[in-house]
Amino acid sequence: MKKEEVLLEKVREFNDTESDEGENTATILNEKKEVGPPVDAATAKREMLARSRRSFLVGGAAALVGVFGWRWMPAETKYNLLRRTFEFNEKVSQFFYRPSRLAPEFPPGRILPRRVNGMIGIDKEFDQSAWTLGVGGLYGRTDDLVLTLDDIKALPRTEMITELKCIEGWSIIVQWAGVRFSDFAAKYLPNTIDGSRPDVAGYLEKLVPYVSLSTPDNGYFVGWDMPSILHPQTLLAYEMNGAPLLPEHGAPLRLASPTKYGIKLLKRIGRIEFTAERPRDYWAESGYDWYSGH
Amino acid sequence: MKKQLERKHSLAIRWLHWVNFPLLTMMIWSGMLIYWANAVYSIRIFGTEFFHFSPPWFYEFLGIPYRLAEGLQLHFFFMWLFAVNGLIYVVYLAASGEWRAILPVPGSFGRAVRVALYDAKIVKTLPPQGKYNDAQRIAYTLVILMGAGSVITGLAIYKPLQLAWLTSLLGGYEWARWEHFWLTILFVLFFVVHIIQVAMAGWANFRSMVTGYDVVDAEPDATVPDLPESEGVRV
Repeated sequence: MKKEEVLLEKVREFNDTESDEGENTATILNEKKEVGPPVDAATAKREMLARSRRSFLVGGAAALVGVFGWRWMPAETKYNLLRRTFEFNEKVSQFFYRPSRLAPEFPPGRILPRRVNGMIGIDKEFDQSAWTLGVGGLYGRTDDLVLTLDDIKALPRTEMITELKCIEGWSIIVQWAGVRFSDFAAKYLPNTIDGSRPDVAGYLEKLVPYVSLSTPDNGYFVGWDMPSILHPQTLLAYEMNGAPLLPEHGAPLRLASPTKYGIKLLKRIGRIEFTAERPRDYWAESGYDWYSGH
Repeated sequence: MKKQLERKHSLAIRWLHWVNFPLLTMMIWSGMLIYWANAVYSIRIFGTEFFHFSPPWFYEFLGIPYRLAEGLQLHFFFMWLFAVNGLIYVVYLAASGEWRAILPVPGSFGRAVRVALYDAKIVKTLPPQGKYNDAQRIAYTLVILMGAGSVITGLAIYKPLQLAWLTSLLGGYEWARWEHFWLTILFVLFFVVHIIQVAMAGWANFRSMVTGYDVVDAEPDATVPDLPESEGVRV
């Protein structure tokens, strides 16, 4: 580069900078600068070196503790930590839970074709006509009550078009018809924790807090918390998209609800039990969230 | 020539920045474990698929398949730490006055374009700036908004019934998931650009994010500097 060109460039740079005076985001926002006292270069270098040594040691140690603390944490400790986090999240969810909040319902035009996802617990030969529903943990009796589909259908019919969400991440809009679980529980009263007469519509805290549901072969079982299963949009469904349930969708009776992921919507219910103990749950035993609530 | 130490980044900002790095990494990693179970997104232009997120070789290489439960466990653990760290960061910026170094003003966009032209070596000078240039201000403000967006879209997917109003506001459950996904892609793009910029800015800049300090010339240059120094050669 020749001397003249260098000068010209400098002038251009100088002008460029000049034209920006007063148009500087830092000065507009009154950004402050913090500088130490002027020192000679060697002192500055020494002080910077001391600061670097300290900061990199602390930072490096923190990074090592973080990485190796996580990597070498015993598998059981880590699993318990994550499981307890699920339980903590469940408590937070329940604290904010209001049964009055409803999932959106959709017009019939939004209904999507059925999608089959999973045959656990319903993969064996099954005689629909011989099906009965066992109900345990009822108020005032110790043995199971045995119901037929006609007993269920005698209860008020409810229809809804809601979005079913799979824990895998997809969702599908489905039309359901069946009986609100809250209507079912108002007829077949669950036990209370203190033996007092249950008030399903009003006094939830007195009811036993859980419901266990399982397929006739016990191949699939889910646990529900009482508030979610008594939500007005939780149904014992016997129809799907305007037709009786197909075997692969859980005939003759299944759960349908936008309050939880599909893993909780048991197909082909064989037994329902109201219980004070937190029920086993098929997918929770594989590391999924027991609550899985929306 | 006299030198002085300039305080570039406060202790709080450095910790929040560096703690965010593993947290965001774990959120993205666990997000990938979850996304695998229903990997439906792709880049389509006029119905033609150009790129599908994510190709099977990518999953196999990282060992992602069949880890949905683990992904959910990690995601719903680290979400708290990520959200709390981000919240502290925003509150700290607001309370300390350090937002002055990060927020853009309307004129920033023009100056950010000039920064980009400078980085592309099309123009020779940078517009005047404080700690950060205007392209950085816009990028850093955007990334904070992206963090907030990830938390909000995440909540809409996590509690689509109890927060049904929020999910509807975002266009429904399917759209909220789509938005959550693309915010993650933006985070990854931000990360790539950030790393390239840090590498180009050099050691002293990186060191200042760890130590908080940098060594600068004590006196502002009154005269046109001679070439070697203006090129920024520093020992």
